[in-house]
Amino acid sequence: MIINHPLLGPRDAQEFTYFGDASLINRPDWQAEDAAELFYEYLHVRDNPAGEHRELWYHEHGDRSWLVVTRNTLTHEISKVEIARDVALTRRHGQ
Amino acid sequence: MHYSAWSLFWQGLKGNTDWKPAWREPQPKGRYDVIIVGGGGHGLAAAYYLSSVYGITNVAVIEKGWIGSGNAGRNTTIIRSNYLLPGNEPFYELSMKLWEGLEQDFNFNAMVSQRGVLNLCHTDGQRDAYARRGNAMLMAGADAVLLDPVGVRRMCPFLDFDNARFPIKGGLWQKRGGTARHDAVVWGYARGADSRGVDIIQNCEVTGFVMENGVCKGVETSRGTIMAGKVGVSVAGSSGRVMAGAGMRLPIESHVLQAFVSEGLKPIIPGVVTYGAGHFYISQSDKGGLVFGGDIDGYNSYAQRGNLPVVEDVCESGMALVPMIGRARLLRMWGGVMDMSMDGSPIIDKTPVDGLYFNGGWCYGGFKATPASGYCFAHLLATDVPHPTATAYRLDRFRTGAVIDEKGAGAQPNLH
Repeated sequence: MIINHPLLGPRDAQEFTYFGDASLINRPDWQAEDAAELFYEYLHVRDNPAGEHRELWYHEHGDRSWLVVTRNTLTHEISKVEIARDVALTRRHGQ
Repeated sequence: MHYSAWSLFWQGLKGNTDWKPAWREPQPKGRYDVIIVGGGGHGLAAAYYLSSVYGITNVAVIEKGWIGSGNAGRNTTIIRSNYLLPGNEPFYELSMKLWEGLEQDFNFNAMVSQRGVLNLCHTDGQRDAYARRGNAMLMAGADAVLLDPVGVRRMCPFLDFDNARFPIKGGLWQKRGGTARHDAVVWGYARGADSRGVDIIQNCEVTGFVMENGVCKGVETSRGTIMAGKVGVSVAGSSGRVMAGAGMRLPIESHVLQAFVSEGLKPIIPGVVTYGAGHFYISQSDKGGLVFGGDIDGYNSYAQRGNLPVVEDVCESGMALVPMIGRARLLRMWGGVMDMSMDGSPIIDKTPVDGLYFNGGWCYGGFKATPASGYCFAHLLATDVPHPTATAYRLDRFRTGAVIDEKGAGAQPNLH
C-alpha cells in the first residue's frame, strides 16, 4: 500500500505503524460519571466495518506524524489522508 | 455408509460406483431448535457435538458459501495445546484430546498426525519462560519437554544454531502436537452431523436476525426467514459484520493473515518448528510442501489477501532460522480474515440478546481449537451453561477486567 502523506507525498506503508480506528483520538473524559463504561467502549469495542474505515497510522520511519487514513478494508484502497492533529483540532473547534 | 478398510476394498472391486455423497443438500425447513450461522470447522463441530453428545438433532448449519470455504481452508493446519494461562490451557488440552480420538469418533480420516511441535528459544530469559509454560501445560494434563540445544540439534540439525544474533538455546517440545488435514476435518464433521439429522445449508447468506421483544427468534437469509429456538454465530472474520445485524459492537477487529506453501520436497522438516526471535512457524505437508507463516499484516482488512512487506518479513525470518529454505520456490500464498480479539483469546458466550449465542475472537489460533470450540459451543447452546474448560471466555470480560492476555500486549489486536 502507498499512503499519500499530506506533507511528504506518496510513501510506502512499510514506513508506518498501524494503531487502529480513528475514534481512538476521542479519549473520554476521565472525570465523567460513567468514565469506566466510556473507557471500556473506547479501549475495547470497535465498529470493525467491512468497507470504508478511518484509522490512525504513525509515520515511524519518517516525520513521526500521526495520520488519519481513510481506507477501504475490502479493497485496501486509500481515499483520503489527513494529519491527525488537524482532524483533532477541527473537531475541538467544531464543538 | 460406514467407512472402513472393508468398504474401501469392496468399492474397489465394484469400480467405485456406489459411493454416496457424504452429506445431503437439504432445503431449509421453517424452524429448527438450533441454527448455527457459519459452516466452517467450528460451526460444523458445534452441530456435530450438539447431535452426537447433547442429543439435539433438529439443527441447521447455514453457510454463505460452501462449507470450509473461509478460514477452515486457509490455515496452516497446526494442532497443539501449549498455552500458559489457566483460562486457556485446559480448553486447548481438551481440544488436543478430542483431536486424538477424532477420526474414530466421526469415522473419517482427518489425517491427524502427532509429529510434534517445537518452540525454539534464543535467550536464557526465554528458556525460563518456556520452562514455566511447560510446567503450566503439565499441570493441565498436557505433555511438554524442555530441550537443550543438543536435543534440538538431534531433532532438527538443519537450523541455524550458531546465529550471531539469535543462537538457539533450546526449545519447548510438545510431542502430541502436530498437524491435521483441514478440509477433512470440515468434511468429517459435516458428514457426522448430517448423518445424525443436521441440515447443512450451503449458499445461503444470513442477512439479519428475527427479533421479537429483544429476543432472537431466527435468522433472515437469502433463502427466506428461518425460525429457531436458539441461534449460534460462529463466523470468525465476519463476526463484526454478522453481529452488527443484532445491533452489537464487539471487542474484535478483523485483520488479514497470510500463509505460504513451497513446491513439494522430500521429507526434511520433522514436525512443526516455531522461531522464538521472530514470528515464524513451519511444517511440511504430506505432499511435501513447506507450509509456513508469520505475523498478521497488522491493519484492519476483510480482503483475504495481504501485502508484500509481510511476505518479505516472513521469508526473512524463515531464512534466519532455516537457511536451506532459500533454495525452495514458493508455490502459493493466500490470506484469511482473522477475528482478532482485544486480548488475543476467544469468546464462547451468550450475548445480551436472549436466544443469540456467539463464538468468535479466535485470532489466528482457531484451527487447533476446532474440536473443543465446537464441543464447548454445543455445551453452551444445549445447557445455557459454559463448559467447565471455557468458563473464562466471557464476552463481558473486557468490561470486568478479567482478560486472558497470553502475550501481555494489551488491547492492541495487531500485536497479539
